[in-house]
Amino acid sequence: MKPSQEQQVWMYRHMLVSRFFEEAIEKIYMEGKTPAFNMANGPIPGEMHLSNGQEPCAVGVCAHLTAEDVVTSTHRPHHVAIAKGVDLKAMAAEIFGKKTGLSGGRGGHMHIFDPKVNFSCSGIIGQSVGPAVGAALSRVMQKKSGVAVAYLGEGAANQGAFHEALNMAGVWQLPVIFVIEDNSWGISVSKRASTAIERNSDRAVSYGMPGEFIEGNDPVAIFDVVGEAIARARNGGGPTLIEIETSRLAGHFMGDGEAYRPAGEKEALQKIDPIPVMKQRLMAEGILTDAADAAFVEEAHALVDEAIQFARDSEYAAPEEAMEKVFV
Amino acid sequence: MTQVKEKERKLTIARAMAEAIAQEMRTDDKVFVMGEDIGELGGVFGNTRGLHEEFGGERVRDTPISETAFIGAAVGAASDGMKPVVELMFVDFFGVCFDAIYNMMAKNTYFSGGNVTVPMVLMTSTGGGYSDGGQHSQCVHATFAHLPGMKVVAPSNAYDAKGMMIAAIRDPNPVVFMFHKALQGMGWLGTEKEAIVHVPEAAYEVELGKAIVTRPGTDVTIVGITSGVHFGLKAARILGEQGVSAEVVDLRSLAPLDRDTVIESVKKTGRLIVVDEDYHSYGMTAEIIASVVEAGVPLKAAPQRVAYPDIPIPFARPMEQWALPSPEKIIAAFNKMKED
Repeated sequence: MKPSQEQQVWMYRHMLVSRFFEEAIEKIYMEGKTPAFNMANGPIPGEMHLSNGQEPCAVGVCAHLTAEDVVTSTHRPHHVAIAKGVDLKAMAAEIFGKKTGLSGGRGGHMHIFDPKVNFSCSGIIGQSVGPAVGAALSRVMQKKSGVAVAYLGEGAANQGAFHEALNMAGVWQLPVIFVIEDNSWGISVSKRASTAIERNSDRAVSYGMPGEFIEGNDPVAIFDVVGEAIARARNGGGPTLIEIETSRLAGHFMGDGEAYRPAGEKEALQKIDPIPVMKQRLMAEGILTDAADAAFVEEAHALVDEAIQFARDSEYAAPEEAMEKVFV
Repeated sequence: MTQVKEKERKLTIARAMAEAIAQEMRTDDKVFVMGEDIGELGGVFGNTRGLHEEFGGERVRDTPISETAFIGAAVGAASDGMKPVVELMFVDFFGVCFDAIYNMMAKNTYFSGGNVTVPMVLMTSTGGGYSDGGQHSQCVHATFAHLPGMKVVAPSNAYDAKGMMIAAIRDPNPVVFMFHKALQGMGWLGTEKEAIVHVPEAAYEVELGKAIVTRPGTDVTIVGITSGVHFGLKAARILGEQGVSAEVVDLRSLAPLDRDTVIESVKKTGRLIVVDEDYHSYGMTAEIIASVVEAGVPLKAAPQRVAYPDIPIPFARPMEQWALPSPEKIIAAFNKMKED
């Protein structure tokens, strides 16, 4: 399934927004955290997991989805949220912990919930899969359209939740796609050191579903393979497990010294940064011109700037509002 | 005008739960049941009996032995418009699936600022007394009630079981519905006859988060939940023969906790004994006593608790029976208060 020119441009533009958003967050995150790094300080306190490098996983999948489809994501959710259409201003405000945030500041960066586009995520490794299976079951039982996509990292494939949920999705043949973002590192432990087989997609056979491995961190290749899987799911053909080779260009979290990385790895990854690669490809194929690219870059920066400004300008909720919304 | 006395219709808690679920399933097609052996078998503890026959395998869905998956799935389905009723067969098994329960089911509403609801019921069996060993006999009331974001209820009789199950299914929040095996009405593990009471056929709700005075009295308040209520009632009868008027309060809900009913009772009696089959330390008993003390209720004697000792539940019948709360222990606690 090849993406149209429009779809390729859509993917590229969302990759830009995602990257610029992360770059803005990265910069603001460090405010108040120098010279001594203290996670609790600054306008964005707490852990911060940036998605730089993993944008192809977001756009190659979400290009096939509409707001009605369900996506569950991970502790590293921004790129997927952006590609799924989560309100960027409200997400930025949530990351800042402001009253205007998606959840009024109760969730933060690892707990992004936007029911308008059926997006949610969890900070617990492997816990994106169960709710996606349930959402898929819900669609079948309600005879409502829409598929569910669960994102997880390659490290999460070693969680029991993964085995349980994939087996159940296989038994019930649900319209759910499991997308593993294989950035080859679970914090500091490599995939090689933690996983008994080279490719988690090979595990699909245990769950009675097709398994696909996509090399190259390439949005077009991802679009192709995922498109087949989503079409199959929409037509009652059951679940698919897809593992995407991607790259984490940042640390696991902001402040990660990354001493565990082999010398030269990061530099090598930066040379194959998927955004310039995608740009060159679109240019080579005549889909993108310099002028159009400049316009897209400007547009993406404007969107991000607007969202960040909104977040900065927004007020915090009164602290005692913390007592609200436990129950509805 | 002649009053027609309603015919007594005594049900076990198991049957009352199944009837409640069936009635909600008939009127709301979003309600479905998921869990291990809840289909054709009707649930190991009988509380889904007849549902598979009436509603079929789509809506009464046996799962793999995968609590994390199906409780996590219930969270996803509930947030997508369904109203799942899922069963964790023994509460002791929460160890394999607590993430789905306390990190997602209980927190997603809050994390979403109230924009995402999780209207699901997690029903689970509690309690021992029948030598099932320490991984199939616990109550762990406090473990659940301690964690915010989920309602935790536990009826002591069939009337409340039906009304609270209906209220739980209709509640837009996640509800943990605990049922004590020794009250369940399963002949094969012995049952508390007083839990089998009249249950109206028509659907009704018993409000969650409301305790009830099960037996009025003036000299001492005995607060319990599930088995603790029945131990308390038996103790109250014995005390009554000794001229002591004991009031028994059935909490029915652990979260939200109806502190007011307890406090009002102790204001009247001035004495408090709390009974719980859950572990002694950091438990419901301490919470109740602290709540009464914090409220400044004048007390005639130091409050007492009768709870499970801080040990894993032993298998041997003499050991287990020795460790359980009992009417005798409640009476001993009362006598200790008299000495104060």
